[in-house]
Amino acid sequence: MTATKVYVPRETSAVSVGADEVAVAIAREAKQSGTSIELIRNGSWGATWLEPLVEVEVDGARIAYGNVSEEDVPAMFAAGLLEGGEHKRRLGPIMEVGYLIRQDRWTCWRCGLIDPLSLQDFRLHQGFNALEKAFAEGPDAVLDSVTESGLRGRGGAGFPTGIKWRTVAETDADQKYIACNADEGDSGTFSDRMLMEGDPLGLIESMAIAGYAVGASKGYIYLRSEYPLTYAILTRALETARDSGWLGDNIQGSGFDFDIELHLGAGSYVCGEETAMLESLEGKKGIVRYKPPLPAHEGLFGKPTVVNNVITLASVPNIVNLGGERYAGMGVNRSKGTLAFQLAGNIKRGGLVEKSFGVTLRELIDDWGGGTASGRPVKAVQVGGPLGAYIPAAQLDTPLDYEAFVDIGAMIGHGGIVVFDDTADMAQQARFAMEFCAIESCGKCTPCRIGSTRGVEVIDRMIAGEKREENYDLLVELCDTMEDASLCAMGGMTPYPVRSVLKHFAEDFASSGGDR
Amino acid sequence: MSYVLSGHVRDEIEHWKARFPEGRQRSAVISALHAIQHENHGYVTAEQMNAVAEYLDLPTIQVYEVATFYSMFQTEEVGRHNVAICTNISCMLRGADDIVEHVESKLGITTGESTGDGRIYLKKEEECLAACCGAPMMMVDHKYHENLTTDQVDEILDGLD
Ligand SMILES: Cc1cc2nc3c(=O)[nH]c(=O)nc-3n(C[C@H](O)[C@H](O)[C@H](O)COP(=O)(O)O)c2cc1C
Ligand code: SF4
Ligand code: FES
Repeated sequence: MTATKVYVPRETSAVSVGADEVAVAIAREAKQSGTSIELIRNGSWGATWLEPLVEVEVDGARIAYGNVSEEDVPAMFAAGLLEGGEHKRRLGPIMEVGYLIRQDRWTCWRCGLIDPLSLQDFRLHQGFNALEKAFAEGPDAVLDSVTESGLRGRGGAGFPTGIKWRTVAETDADQKYIACNADEGDSGTFSDRMLMEGDPLGLIESMAIAGYAVGASKGYIYLRSEYPLTYAILTRALETARDSGWLGDNIQGSGFDFDIELHLGAGSYVCGEETAMLESLEGKKGIVRYKPPLPAHEGLFGKPTVVNNVITLASVPNIVNLGGERYAGMGVNRSKGTLAFQLAGNIKRGGLVEKSFGVTLRELIDDWGGGTASGRPVKAVQVGGPLGAYIPAAQLDTPLDYEAFVDIGAMIGHGGIVVFDDTADMAQQARFAMEFCAIESCGKCTPCRIGSTRGVEVIDRMIAGEKREENYDLLVELCDTMEDASLCAMGGMTPYPVRSVLKHFAEDFASSGGDR
Repeated sequence: MSYVLSGHVRDEIEHWKARFPEGRQRSAVISALHAIQHENHGYVTAEQMNAVAEYLDLPTIQVYEVATFYSMFQTEEVGRHNVAICTNISCMLRGADDIVEHVESKLGITTGESTGDGRIYLKKEEECLAACCGAPMMMVDHKYHENLTTDQVDEILDGLD
């Protein structure tokens, strides 16, 4: 008899709510009952609200059990866990869990499905097929597919990836680099982490494809230091890829050399800005560089460099496999394909939801998120991290589309969606935006460094009810200055959340006493 | 006498030097500081920074500025256990401020300080730690703890030696 496969995620969130203990308990129960199981530590499917989510393979189907605790395990065994037995934690086949099946999983499709550290499992699920196809068809074909797909950067700015890659490909240099931005500092985002923990070999393949397409032989992953488990998983995956000839010299006899180094950051939000990240990789303080030159012309150590976000890169293998046209067929307008949205904040069912662009905020929050955790009405939603605007409930039907968001003074950024219920004090949120900027500013330009500190003071005076109108005008002026005169989006976009509060939630400033 | 880098730290530096182009040894500074801080109970001293600079043949200022720019590095002695409570938006919405208040009064220190017995360093955490679905959360010595209640926090903190 072959061993029954049991899946227990080894992913930061699952582990922090007891997945390791559950895995140990399952192994112990199996041993005691004399049954042989194969315990697989998969990544997370993204339904974080169901973690730890355990699956058992029965007749080729994976039966899921949600929110399993260590204490549940003996009773689950008694209820016939290994045969998919009935138990209050049983959710049914994983492929029928509504939260997951209604998604369009193009980029994160292997997360949860496979054993992230098994080369064999990865290969069984199309792993490295895209790299092989790239080798067969040549760099130009890859560049064409990526351009045709309409893929845009998922790290924040939404810049077309095909144009970026083509620029690096066409720049002459003895050395070029691929720099993967895994600094993921936006509040309410965790998709990079989930992808790296759930499909690390997929990211490695993606970077190799990028290297092949632009003629780079070296890649760096800039990983934030707050992700110790991700670091451990990526380190193992890199070793596996090297040992099996999928990284290193002359990869699989293709004549293409490529290797990747995993570099840890050291706790700085601004190091997610691409030029600050390059400075940091060079061993310096994370201070933003003037542009031009663009990193694509003079990036790491002055060499042409592709800087891409984790999710941007990880979207590429399927684009190569299935064609750019397929990807471009999803989404709306100039927002092609899918995005791994992340639901957080005051939400009942938080997690990762990969959907085609065009889905509305309301659909994501209600149909997936199940509304607020408190059960109270939604007051506002912040999309795109600390530099994203607060969107009022009245605009929840806005489709997730880069341009539609610009039209309402907001941005999609990395796709983090943080929900606030009607008890939230938005004046405090405006203050938080300015304060965050003051703390994280790299300090290179005055409007950002000093302006944000002044911003906090002005908002404090408004909240205290001091000369509200005068201070209101001052705050607007300050926002104008920051927007016009900041070098990067840190200072340039901090005004977005602040202005959105002034525009949609001005009454929150007036809730305290004052002289007006 | 000047400080001598441990064998492990030197290995780590060599490892990273080899991973960057010739003459770009400066790129190893962050990794070197991580390694030293790990050995040295969570902070780096001036002597240690000088030793890194000397080893990598860099002006000392280049090491100092890195150590002081990044929030992960401490240049003053801190408690043995690093406790970082996330106070970013999702955690704030789910009661992080109460957790912070509870911990501060329990330990009798404010955020950014260490306990007198050198047991706990309460780190100021500004960035979201990407575990928002399990808010409020904290990280204790590289381990994430989510869906915190004050009782759980007590249990976790009391369990630290
Ligand atoms: C303050 C600031 C922080 C940023 N943080 C990140 C980050 O954590 N991850 C990321 O991929 N991009 C971040 N970006 C965007 C990067 O500068 C850059 O646009 C991106 O890495 C390019 O990759 P993409 O085209 O694949 O999105 C940040 C930008 C700014 C201004
Ligand atoms: S806007 Fe702020 S973070 Fe960006 S370069 Fe200027 S000071 Fe640095
Ligand atoms: S806000 Fe605390 S983990 Fe994201």
